[in-house]
Amino acid sequence: MQAFSKQEEFHIQELAQQVVSGLATGSIFASMALALVIIYRSMGVINFAQGELAMFTTFIAWQLTQQGLPLWAAFGATIVISFAGAVALERTVIRPIERAPQLTVVIVTLGLLITFNGLAGWIWGYEIKAFPSPFPSAPFRIGGVSFSSQDLGVIGVSLAALLLIYLFFARTKLGLAMRAAALYPAESRVLGVPHGWMLALGWGLAAVMGTLSGLMVAPIVYLDPNMMQSIVVYAFAAAVLGGIDSPLGAVVGGLVLGVALNLMGTYVDFIGTDLRLPVAFAIIVGVLVLRPSGMFGHRQMTRV
Amino acid sequence: MMAAARVPAGNLVSFGLAALVVAIVPWVLPPYISFELAYAGAYAIAILGLIILTGINGQISLGHGAFMAVGGYTVAIAITRAGWPPEAAMLLAAVLCALFGGVVGVVALRLSGAYLALATFALAVSVAPILKRFKDLTGGAQGLTFPAAHAPGPLAGVLDSERWLYYESWLIVGVLFAASWFALQGRLGRALRALRDNEIAAVSFGINPFVYKSLAFAWSAAYAGIAGALIASATAYVSPDTYALNLSITLLIGAVLGGLGSMWGAIIGGIVVEFLPLWAQTINTAASSLIYGISLILVMIAMPGGIAGAVRRVALIITRPQSEGQLERS
Amino acid sequence: MFKHRPILLAVLVPIVALGIVAGSLGRAAADAPGVTPTEILLGGTHPYSGPASAYGVIGKGIAAYFAYVNDRGGVNGRKITYKDMDDGYNPAQTVQLVKGMVEQDHVFAFFNTLGTPPNLAIRQYLNDQKIPQLFISTGATTWGADYAKYPWTLGFNLDYQAEAIIFGKDIVAHQPNAKIAILYQNDDFGQDYVTGLQKGLGAKASQIVKMASYEVTDPDVRSQMATLQGSGADTVVIAATPKFAVGAMVALSQLSWKGTTYLSNVSASQTMMHAATAAGGGEATTDGIISDAYTLDPTNVSLANTPGMKLYRDILAKYGPGLDPNNGFVLYGMAAAYTMVDALQKAGKDLTRDKLMDAALHLNEKNPFLWPGVELTTSPADHFTIREEQLERYDKGLWVPVGSVIDARK
Repeated sequence: MQAFSKQEEFHIQELAQQVVSGLATGSIFASMALALVIIYRSMGVINFAQGELAMFTTFIAWQLTQQGLPLWAAFGATIVISFAGAVALERTVIRPIERAPQLTVVIVTLGLLITFNGLAGWIWGYEIKAFPSPFPSAPFRIGGVSFSSQDLGVIGVSLAALLLIYLFFARTKLGLAMRAAALYPAESRVLGVPHGWMLALGWGLAAVMGTLSGLMVAPIVYLDPNMMQSIVVYAFAAAVLGGIDSPLGAVVGGLVLGVALNLMGTYVDFIGTDLRLPVAFAIIVGVLVLRPSGMFGHRQMTRV
Repeated sequence: MMAAARVPAGNLVSFGLAALVVAIVPWVLPPYISFELAYAGAYAIAILGLIILTGINGQISLGHGAFMAVGGYTVAIAITRAGWPPEAAMLLAAVLCALFGGVVGVVALRLSGAYLALATFALAVSVAPILKRFKDLTGGAQGLTFPAAHAPGPLAGVLDSERWLYYESWLIVGVLFAASWFALQGRLGRALRALRDNEIAAVSFGINPFVYKSLAFAWSAAYAGIAGALIASATAYVSPDTYALNLSITLLIGAVLGGLGSMWGAIIGGIVVEFLPLWAQTINTAASSLIYGISLILVMIAMPGGIAGAVRRVALIITRPQSEGQLERS
Repeated sequence: MFKHRPILLAVLVPIVALGIVAGSLGRAAADAPGVTPTEILLGGTHPYSGPASAYGVIGKGIAAYFAYVNDRGGVNGRKITYKDMDDGYNPAQTVQLVKGMVEQDHVFAFFNTLGTPPNLAIRQYLNDQKIPQLFISTGATTWGADYAKYPWTLGFNLDYQAEAIIFGKDIVAHQPNAKIAILYQNDDFGQDYVTGLQKGLGAKASQIVKMASYEVTDPDVRSQMATLQGSGADTVVIAATPKFAVGAMVALSQLSWKGTTYLSNVSASQTMMHAATAAGGGEATTDGIISDAYTLDPTNVSLANTPGMKLYRDILAKYGPGLDPNNGFVLYGMAAAYTMVDALQKAGKDLTRDKLMDAALHLNEKNPFLWPGVELTTSPADHFTIREEQLERYDKGLWVPVGSVIDARK
């Protein structure tokens, strides 16, 4: 007996596909949003350069594959380079202004954004490049609906990374030390936690999350120096929507945003594809007006 | 009774000196530099608004490019679709932006920090899609062309359009600076700063955050609108590409780089965001963003309080013997 | 702060003055502005930074060709200097840079300024000053259509509407009952395309069942393609730049969509087709796609032995070693530069702006960098510089020409 008519089956199929591809895009937003949250929790500042750093390291991965390195070796090497590079960046560029006003740090991150974008363009040019995907291109069928293996792979890898980050912060001594340094800088210093190096570590971890985001998105959006900019716009929105100091919020925010954008563009005609971005942002601002600290963010308590 | 704003003699002298320098520049340097300086003046006005909002009132904005867009398009639409004269159009732009800014301020009332940053960012990213959607009014992606601004009637023979734009721009800079300086002297300035430093304490002193915070937004939006109107007049063309996301970021950079702690920071900021990219290009066109980015980083590391902040620190050191015990807050 | 204002001023004024004067090193004008007995100074703007920076490389292709020409004695004994600046695709910036180049550098003419909004911003000014604005890098129809008001402005590219008109006519000829959908970039390029398609379809424009746009700030177009597939269309027109065009082709393949696809020529280079085939999982992704060409495609192997390709590679080897020869934008730059040199040549030794404009409006050249058979002609009554194209179909990894060269404006 047929449960659904052909027409209904088609619509369910279309819906399922939009949701899954929305989850895939959303998990890319989520990884980048998580990177933003990690740095925000360490320094109280949004690192606007996160996307360009991710893009730059993805180019490095591409360069390594061009030199003949097999895909997974290139990915692994890039993650290590990204971590080390971000730590070095923090120690050289951020360290001198650790105590400076927050907006000064923001401008420095914007300077880094411009610099790395220009550097990538200078070294590799602006023509788009195909980026190899570690996932097979053949579609994956579940229950008669075909999904892209790329999408499912991206969701899987992102969730795995997020789980690892969660375990790191919640269950390891080092993660605990980092959280302490961010929340109670004076007290943790007294206890011997080196504040500066905890910051550097934060930058390293955030960079790794960002690089992961870049490596996964490059096969879909094709590699060029401006590739991460639209991702960061949405990741910023997702991170704030979820609560800028909440890792869980970043993940939920990213996934929700990815799916919502897809569904809105497809099913709400008067919005159309051109007004997706403003409408999505308007809704997020609406949420913020009702919950000024985002979905899961901590309310800022000030002592008078 | 509110203390009458007293203007120390030293201030008048420096202001006069500045006015003199501003007045003779177009006769000393080529016209296209006057044109570029007109742009710098426009940016300075927008950045002044941002300094009032962010430096003095502590509310961050990543969306002031959107107010500039409203200002620029108001002028363009008023001139092309309704036949208004440019000066009236600019006034309309200021009013509309003030209203729009006030609304934004009300919406953003409970937001701060990263949340406020995102809410204002939403404005900046929405400019282009909305302009393109209403293309019958705005000309869509191709934008609107209109006649270039020129000196009114009798002055037209004396001043070519570039010099006229320069004087228009810097005259407005002067007027708005003076107006802001006076306005910030008394209760208004204290209220805005109090809300920045400790909102809860300020409220307990009877300062109404609703009124002052939205006022700060409206005020800074009006300035940005005037700046947008000036740039539109100078360019004689508006399109969504003129008001890309980049612009809001540039204004913030200008404000912090110039120095949030001082109104002079706006002038420095305006000149820097106008000329630094041009200078970077003369070194190497292809690597200009690289040079620009690195310069930004180096300047902010060397001068975390912005250029005006650094100059003030140097001046403090030099004049320390006299100024001991007379610390003034900006 | 008030005490220190004089000091602030004392510091500020010299800094400001220095900064500004630092740029003011002028050149002496001679025969005509920008022309000396040994040199011609041309000005241009391209986006070397910002979202449109992929097009910046065009300026480098131009530079390579001019270097080649200069090495062989230049044009009528003069070497060409091309001052190309970065406007970041921001029209306000373009206006500033152009004024600077006119007033400080005294350029003779502007060549290949890029982008519709930037060119719209400077068009009135250059026409008022009677400075040639030649062979601009955009396909908007207004350059050719509005020439009566702006006689000093001349386009170069095959205009977008013309390209889309040809697609429309092709659909009417081969699939009169097609249900048509279009993906277009939400700017002047995409919108002109839609207009052209509707014109080309004529009465059948009512058969357009769905139109979906995207912004260059969108991460991808998968959602739009799913919408187009859902509309039941059997013919899709992709009016997109490379990154999004490849994404669109791949998305259609993953959605198992079967039908006829038309692709705008800006995204039809072999490299992009290969990228789409690889990402889409096989030839089915790209087989049968129809596009058109009017410049040579450096990655198209069947063109490898044409004299134009050989010349292109030779020139790049010597004068543009850092450039990627497979980048179609580089070749496009050379094609435009060839035309510029042609016009300068015809203007003669006694060079003035009027004579250059006159020469530019009487071109009839065989540009080696254009598709074989595509001719370039201009006349005072026809400012559509390139009007011809070759339709082609992608067949098992190669572009195969279909029919003969068509004049889009007939």
